[in-house]
This record gives sequence, structure tokens and C-alpha cells, in this order.
Amino acid sequence: MRQAFARALLELAANDDRILLLTADLGFMVWEPFAHTYPQRFLNVGVAEQNMIALATGLADSGFIPFTYSIATFATLRPYEFIRNGPIHHRLPVRIVGVGQGHEYGYAGPTHHGLEDVGVMRLQPGITIIAPADTEQTGNALKATYDLPGPVYYRLGKNDHVSLSGLNGRFTLARAEVIREGDALLWVTMGAVAVEVARAADTLTRKGISSTVLVVSSLNPGPEEELAEFAGRFPFVISVEAHYAVGGLGSFVSEVIAERGLGCRVIRRGISSMVSGTSGDQNYYDALFGLTAESLVELATRELQQPGQGRPSRLRTPSPG
Amino acid sequence: MVFLMAEITIPPRQLRTHILDQSKRANVGHIGSALSIVEIISVLYSRILRIPHPRDATRDRFILSKGHAALAQYSAFCLKGWISQDTLNTYCANGTRLGVHPDNALEGIDFSTGSLGHGLAYGAGSALAARLRKSPWNVYVLISDAECNEGSLWETVMFAAHHRLSNLIVIVDENQQQALGYTRDILSLHPLAERWRAFGWDTVEVDGHDMDEMARVMTAFRKTSGPPHALIAHTTFGKGVSFMEGRLEWHYLPMSDDQYQQALKETGEAP
Repeated sequence: MRQAFARALLELAANDDRILLLTADLGFMVWEPFAHTYPQRFLNVGVAEQNMIALATGLADSGFIPFTYSIATFATLRPYEFIRNGPIHHRLPVRIVGVGQGHEYGYAGPTHHGLEDVGVMRLQPGITIIAPADTEQTGNALKATYDLPGPVYYRLGKNDHVSLSGLNGRFTLARAEVIREGDALLWVTMGAVAVEVARAADTLTRKGISSTVLVVSSLNPGPEEELAEFAGRFPFVISVEAHYAVGGLGSFVSEVIAERGLGCRVIRRGISSMVSGTSGDQNYYDALFGLTAESLVELATRELQQPGQGRPSRLRTPSPG
Repeated sequence: MVFLMAEITIPPRQLRTHILDQSKRANVGHIGSALSIVEIISVLYSRILRIPHPRDATRDRFILSKGHAALAQYSAFCLKGWISQDTLNTYCANGTRLGVHPDNALEGIDFSTGSLGHGLAYGAGSALAARLRKSPWNVYVLISDAECNEGSLWETVMFAAHHRLSNLIVIVDENQQQALGYTRDILSLHPLAERWRAFGWDTVEVDGHDMDEMARVMTAFRKTSGPPHALIAHTTFGKGVSFMEGRLEWHYLPMSDDQYQQALKETGEAP
């Protein structure tokens, strides 16, 4: 997704000279075209993420749209208080671009794993969160949001060749995209892991179980009404994200359903702990936390076999007395 | 010299009076920190900052990174006529725009501060913006000496020197005190000026209560190229009130009625 993002940013920069690009010394083979085309608008600030965010805050306050770039953890966690007291408090158009959804950095280890970036950003009012699901959507999402008046966090996948069938690059801020339709259960997912969810849904379809898959690519604001509308039709929803199950998409889904009193059970599939002591590639971690199509099929099948899962509980006949 | 003195529109004596009055009325502390920067604030707003209007896009910027001394800045705003005495009298009242730390909702405050180690980096971004826009504004950032404990500060110190942000001027209020003690006992900054020089800054040490000297140095800082500038201002915490000078408790304490009268007498405002 990085290459798609970089290409789109280069296009936008040609027509909008407010766009600047700051990196904390990362982006090899990503930012060279931008740096060569706009040397005056590209700045490697060194390995200094706090400074990068605060510089961007000062630049944004003077009319620029500065994009700051690093690996998701370094982009969000190290300078978190500077984000809070800077672009959040002052409502400035700083762009924070973090790469690495979940365990995409694999054996680079937990320092590089994007486990809670969406959660910590979602806590802050006024920052839009964009997490594209595939390469094509990435460019469209950037073009649709690059000049929003407030801050934006972009959570990019590391893989440059992700294609989610049925999405066709669609992106609308605060809207979910439906990529599969069915009536047995509802999947809600975010980011590149949506590809696994789609595969799981297709496998279930072949077994005669049809499901609906909603792809959420923006939060703060998120697709509250749309999600509520869908959730009301299903006995349970499975949220799937390459992120801690707390704080991110699963929490968003739970909040929407609980606040509206919808009788829909929420099953959150996400990352449950920080792995230490062992390492592996992304597939290793995804298998560990059940973020593969096979594991998701197993989960859905098991849940569908639970008694009382035939229809939404709010539609069930109340028991007498 | 006479000419310079005539330019003072914000007399330190009146700033001190406002600081004491408002601290007493609101019954809050941070008095010593505000008193140590009185002459710095006076010289900046009288002679250095080019601010035709607080919203002017090409104005000089001023960031009070040691935000806990904001009362000194509010008092200057009042003397400049940017806020009324009635507004100043809302200091720390419910619903005020004048809290202990400055908030940019108040016109004239360029950046909300209160968390140390943040203001200089914002200021560097603003200085960079001036360069990119080919606009003439300078950025002045007033930090405390203990703020130099913050690692984030040195990220910006390196950055500004590397990019030769000559329009960035930092003033270090070197009052040698921090919240729980003296800087020499808690985390030594010595040799402070040498450290700034070693990082590539044009560094000058001054008496932070000598306005002519500070005005002379900061006027000389107005160059179009070269490294960023650091003014190490040696100050006295609680300056002007004998029982506060160099005393740690005045980082926190409000004044009793007797202390308030005594302080006014010493700063020349008592009846």
C-alpha cells in the first residue's frame, strides 16, 4: 500500500503546494520519487519522531499540509503526547502515516508490530483514522481525505500487492463497503486482513453458508449508522482486525451495538497479546492469533452451531412472564 | 541607551504588580517562575517582537514553552491593550481563557503549552514555514532551564542547527530552579551555554534582568542566514520579592495577605 500511497501523494502534490513530506528516516524505495520531484518539500528529520510531529504542527499552523511518515508504532506511540497537545488540541491538518498493520513486520519483532495504533488514535477526538484494505483503495482514500481540516492518521499495510475482490477501490469517508452479501452472519473487518475474511466467507458460501462482509476503512468518524443497520439483521457479528481486540474495530463495533441496544452478539477476533520470546513471519503470527481464512471459517462454523443463533435476539419472541 | 529606554512600553514594575495582584486574587502559585521572566517578557513585547496585530500572518511568533509562567505573558497583553483589565481579572476563574498555562484560544497565544519540551519543536516548524514561504517572521521560544532535561528538546536543537534556522531564537530562563529543587542537585545542566554551542547554536549569555543588554543581543540576532540563536538569560527565581528569590516553595505557594503587601512594597506598588 505504501507505493500506492506514495504515487497518489505525488499526484496530489503536483496540484497542491501545501503538501509537504516529512519522514523520520524511513521509506527506502518508497519516497525517492517525491524527494527527487520536490526536494524543497521533502524533509528527512532524522530518527526523531517527536520532533517530526511538532515540526509538522508548526508547519500546519502556517498553512501547510505536512505528511509525517514512519512505522506505525514509531509514528503514533513515541510522539503520542505531541500528537495530543499539538494537532489534536490545536485542530491542525497534520497527517500521520504509519506503516505495518498488525504483524506485517513479522520477525522484526514486537517493537515493529502495529498492535494498538488505531486504539490510541481513536481515543483522541477529531483525528480521522484511515486504514485501507487494499492497494487500489489506498490511493482513493488518500485523495478523498488529504485536505480534511483536522488531523488524519493513515494506517498503511506493508504489502504493496493486496487486492480485495469485490472492493474495486471504493472508499467513502465514514461509510463501510459491502463486499459480500449473505444472511447467516455478519463479518466486519478493517485493513488488509479483509482478504482473509473474504476468503473465509467464500469458503463458507461453498458450504452453503452465506455471510455479509463489511469493510470499514475509516473511523473517527466511522460508519455507525450503516453498521447498526446491518447488525440489527444478524444474530452475531464477528469483527476481524490485525490489531488488539481491545480499542480498535472490535471496540467500535461493540460500542455501536451496545449503545443502540441491538440484540446482536459481538465476537472480536484480533490480537490478544504481545508475543515475546519467539518470532516468525507474518503468517506465523496470523496463524497464532487466528487471523487466517481457515481459522475464521472454524470460528464462524463453531459459533453458528451454538443454540439460539438462528435469528437476532431482539426479534425472538419474549419468554412469557 | 536613552532612546532604547524610551521604547519600553511594558514597564517591569507594572508587570510584577499584575503578577502579584492576579496571583493573590486567584490564590494560585507559579509566582516565582513568572517573576523571573518579567524583564525578558518586557523586552520582547516592548522592543523585539514585530507583531502589528496578533492575527497578522507574517508577525513574529512567540511561544512561551515554560507555560507555567503564562501570567507574565497575560500581564503583558493587558499592558499592550490586547486584553482588558477585566479579562485579566478572569485569570484562573471558571470559564476563563486565561488558565495557568496558555491556550491558543486566547488571541496572542501562538501555541498552547504546559508540557515541557514541546514548544521549541513547534517553533522550529513555524521557523521552517517562514523559510518555505520566504516570509520574514522570526520565532522566539522561551524555555526554562529545567526544560533542557527533556530529551525531545535536543531533537529540535540538532534539527534547527542542521538546517540553520537563523530565524529561530530560543531564550533560556536560567533561574537554576525546578519543581523539586535546584537544577544543580537534580540534573546538572552545566555547562549550559557550552552545550548549546556544541550543538551548533549561536549562543550568548546575558543577565536576564538587564533589558538593554538583552535588546542589544536579540537585535543582533536578526540576521538572514547562519545558525539558530540561543540567549542564555541568567535570572533570579522570584526576582523582585526578597522572600521569594531563590526559594523553591514559590514554585507552588499562593501568598498570604501579609506576604502580598510585603511583595507589593518591595516591587514599588504598595501605598
